[in-house]
Amino acid sequence: MTVLRLAWRNLMGAGIRTWLNVTVLSMSFVVIIWAQGFLQGMNRQVQDAMIAAEYAGGQYWQKDYDPYDPFTLSDAHAELPPALAELVRAGDATPVLVTQGSIYSGGSMRPVLLKGADPAQHIVALPSEFLAGDSTELPALVGSRMASSAGLKQGDIATIQWRDVHGTFDAREARVAQVMNTSVQSIDVGQVWLPLDRLQMMTDMPGQATVVTLKRGVRPPPAPPGWAFHTTDDLMSDLRALVKAKSTSSSIFYLILLFLAMLAIFDTQILSLFRRRKEMGTLMALGMTRGRVIELFTLEGALHGVLAAAVGAVYGIPFLAFMARHGIQMPKMLDTMGFAIGERLYSTYTPGLLLGTTILVLIVTTIVSFLPTRRIAKLKPTDALRGRWT
Amino acid sequence: MQNQLNNGVVINTNDLVKKYPMGRNELVALKGINLTFRRGEFAGLVGPSGSGKTTLLNIIGSLDTPTSGSATVLGQRIETLSHRMAADLRNRHIGFIFQTFNLLPVYTAFENVEFPLLLLGMSGAERRKAVMAALEWVGLADRAKSRPAQLSGGEGQRVAIARAMVKKPEIVLADEPTANLDAENSHNILHTMEKLNLDFGTTFVFSTHDQKVIEHLRRKIVLVDGQVAADERLQPEPDRGQP
Repeated sequence: MTVLRLAWRNLMGAGIRTWLNVTVLSMSFVVIIWAQGFLQGMNRQVQDAMIAAEYAGGQYWQKDYDPYDPFTLSDAHAELPPALAELVRAGDATPVLVTQGSIYSGGSMRPVLLKGADPAQHIVALPSEFLAGDSTELPALVGSRMASSAGLKQGDIATIQWRDVHGTFDAREARVAQVMNTSVQSIDVGQVWLPLDRLQMMTDMPGQATVVTLKRGVRPPPAPPGWAFHTTDDLMSDLRALVKAKSTSSSIFYLILLFLAMLAIFDTQILSLFRRRKEMGTLMALGMTRGRVIELFTLEGALHGVLAAAVGAVYGIPFLAFMARHGIQMPKMLDTMGFAIGERLYSTYTPGLLLGTTILVLIVTTIVSFLPTRRIAKLKPTDALRGRWT
Repeated sequence: MQNQLNNGVVINTNDLVKKYPMGRNELVALKGINLTFRRGEFAGLVGPSGSGKTTLLNIIGSLDTPTSGSATVLGQRIETLSHRMAADLRNRHIGFIFQTFNLLPVYTAFENVEFPLLLLGMSGAERRKAVMAALEWVGLADRAKSRPAQLSGGEGQRVAIARAMVKKPEIVLADEPTANLDAENSHNILHTMEKLNLDFGTTFVFSTHDQKVIEHLRRKIVLVDGQVAADERLQPEPDRGQP
């Protein structure tokens, strides 16, 4: 307690030097928490968007379906078994047929996934209602990224080519009924959405589907033979791995920030030790042991962290709250990072993040403060009083 | 040892030798010092620079240890003390006054004087009372809130005396206490220390080559080249009614 009181006095007595260090350290606190909150917010937004637009309450996959292997698509379709058909009839699930095809627009041919969706479905946040209608025209729904890469806009006509179940090539024109703005790339890039029944007819796969998406909150019945059920968690695992990889790389940023702040603390400690050798000698002459002098100097350094947390809270809490409430506008180019990033990104702060960051910074500050003070262990009081190192 | 204390002996050195390594050679700073100081003495180690005054003072103050021989302070053999025990001896029983005052720059006069009491774990109320009393002794109660930079040299040294005396130690060791002061301040400082010596029976041991200090001493020990060249009684010790 005595040492703490003395450390506090020394720190306050050092005036502007203390506050400069505290300010730098508090910025590190706030920026680290903000950067982490930003990532957490991004992570949560991406997951929420993907669940809403694609995965809902989980998916039944036809046993041959592998989204990462386009060669499986020719076999990855089957008629809905009675259990799944019942779910679809009850409005608790929606089927999607996936097949390979290509689109000819703007003078070039590009491979695409043709996906058939039920225009009446409300299971996922896909504007499938634009696929409704009984006109002779084939309506197509594309995402903004797909439209941009293929040079398409609403109302354009493009030629679609596909192979039916027998392997026969066929082609016809489709009109872009809507260009949807979605943050979820996996329902956008390289994909053309068509009415399910029309695609089933075009591919001669009546009543067949590749994927059946379950409504959120519906208890999934056991997967029928030939089908496998994937929970939302399973489906998100790749995304989580991607987020984790990106978190690791972005953590380098705040490690650098922490390093700079710690360098300031370390520098202050080294300077303090050299400048205050005589003071150390006086402290020992007055009856302090070397151990307590080390404790005092370490505590002085560590208190920078405590003060920084307090100062950081003063301006950091309003700033972080603003970021959580209003978010920040994301540049369009970030769309190419592989994340489904919305137009605004809102930071998310958990108690674990706030507490964890505070504890981490305090521990690192204490260690950095302690390291230079080890020299005191060998310091003779008589040398210190003369302003020398032993 | 207990006998020595009963006889009023607070410091005793026996064939005290201190050597410092100097490259391949060694410097012998003290060459077999035999001295005894009794309670309440006002004594000075006098001699030119390099005669071993500060070295002897440091050993008596448990800041350093002898190379050979022994130094017994308040019954404790300095050469056998651990760092912790030596710190405890200094904290409880010995006050230091330095040539350059060595006040802690970020503390006020009050806080500087309070420091030894904080280490002793004294309560806040007791500390306040003792600190204000010590500042009264040196006539600086009105400067309690001043920082060292705001004090004159004489005032700074008086704060240092208050710091050394606040815990009412048995021994005060003063290393060239007037070297940085003018004649008037030196006189005031010495007068203050004499008064404290008489009032509390504290043993004062100075290291000095300042004639102004020597005039106030009751015992003068002349050190030359690490040896006692003379040990003179300049004035009789006042009778305190104790053996």
